[in-house]
Amino acid sequence: MSTAIQNISLSGKKKQVSNKEMTFLERLYLVAIIKGLFITIKHFFRKKATIHYPEQVRTFSPVYRGRHMLKRDEQGRENCTACGLCALSCPAEAITMKAAERKKGEEHLYREEKYAEIYEINMLRCIFCGLCEEACPKDAIYLTLSKELVPAQYDREDFIFGKDKLVMPLEMAIKNTQLKNAN
Amino acid sequence: MDSAFIIEKSVVIVTVFAITMIMAMYSTWAERKVAAFLQDRVGPNRAGWGGLLQPLADGMKLFAKEEFEPNTPNKFLFFVGPAIAMSTALMTSAVIPWGDQLEVFGRTVQLQATDIDVSLLYIFGVVSVGVYGIMIGGWASNNKFSLMGAVRAASQMVSYEIAMGLSMIALLMMTGTLSLKEISMQQSGMDWNVFYQPLGFLIFLICAFAETNRTPFDLAECESELIGGYHTEYSSMKMGFYLFAEYANMFISSTVIAVLYFGGYNYPGMSWAVENWGVNAANIIGIGALFIKLCFFIFFFMWVRWTIPRFRYDQLMHLGWKILIPLSIVNIIITGICILAFK
Repeated sequence: MSTAIQNISLSGKKKQVSNKEMTFLERLYLVAIIKGLFITIKHFFRKKATIHYPEQVRTFSPVYRGRHMLKRDEQGRENCTACGLCALSCPAEAITMKAAERKKGEEHLYREEKYAEIYEINMLRCIFCGLCEEACPKDAIYLTLSKELVPAQYDREDFIFGKDKLVMPLEMAIKNTQLKNAN
Repeated sequence: MDSAFIIEKSVVIVTVFAITMIMAMYSTWAERKVAAFLQDRVGPNRAGWGGLLQPLADGMKLFAKEEFEPNTPNKFLFFVGPAIAMSTALMTSAVIPWGDQLEVFGRTVQLQATDIDVSLLYIFGVVSVGVYGIMIGGWASNNKFSLMGAVRAASQMVSYEIAMGLSMIALLMMTGTLSLKEISMQQSGMDWNVFYQPLGFLIFLICAFAETNRTPFDLAECESELIGGYHTEYSSMKMGFYLFAEYANMFISSTVIAVLYFGGYNYPGMSWAVENWGVNAANIIGIGALFIKLCFFIFFFMWVRWTIPRFRYDQLMHLGWKILIPLSIVNIIITGICILAFK
């Protein structure tokens, strides 16, 4: 039953190559050209592979590392405590932050006593390696949650994303909590 | 010569000019669309519906671009190059019969800018001047790649013009006239020349590809070897002129093929239409028929471009001198024998 290794064709398209003289018809090339024309015209009517970004967006894989998101917990409080481990772990030095102390009456906003007053990621420096996500002890930063790409901009300054773009929207946190409670 | 005649001719000339420009403009759009569709993409679709405003956007972009000039001692020739390429490309459309005739305000308007009896020779003459545009531009660029491209274009056009002319002679033996108008009229109905001259048509078609510098014979501007070939140093609208001239040439070549071998403005039942629907209606359909034919050939040019890879330079010369020229001579002999035997 065993087939010789040179006869195995996994793709089913294997063709034996030979150096025999070409026949007259083959040397004319016209037949080959017409065959080629038929192959290309078949593609003319085929379904197009294009995804019309940004109107259409490809579905991301669950582990796709896109734009970062600073997570909120079930009560909508920011997880980040501005420990700076993400900035430390970042090989591209894309993250900067400034810590601040939580005041009285802000307990519904920040989970820990210390929080990030300024949290900036330079998207031009970021290499989307996900080391910040691994380093974070508070489950605060994620690259897989937003399911978004960093859009093109005209100015370099616009690529520095502050907390306004990074923090998870409150509605999303509420929805997540509802989903969790429903389960 | 009365003033009405001058007005009539100016209207025809301006219309033909405008149509040539518009066709060349939209050929660039069509090229990109056809290329995309043949490669399972969708092509330009942002500017206007289906990207129809894309040629305008491209033109505006080219006008707004910086006009770069290489450090060349031939400043004047550097300007003349694209001008020659463009004007020769536009001049050829003068002798093409777009239709038979129309009746406007009691006058019979010939749908042709001028009906000279050597129109075919005229086209050949003007097209061969077109090579000067490329040659001068490439030479004046003071750049090795440009010069290489120009030399290639010149030798290629000279080689293929012979085979093209010889394939034409066989056709002339059959038709007995050089006037495109008469050649069109002889093919009324479905009496197309391609049925009598299949080999001649094939040779003419291949040579037309070489004459317009299009793939598989675009060695004059092959990106992988010569960057942009003769227009490497050109920018802004001068570059636009070269590209535009190429598309205008393609349009004219397609029209010449349609007129010489596919009956021009004739369509089956044209004489019946003239009797029943009047001269005007019949001839407007005729113009439409010609445009359908030539649009197919423009499409064919693009279709071939995205199918066949580029020839190597020695293969190109081999095909031109050792295959097409002997073949066209054989074609002349066969045509002569057939004329002797059947007429």
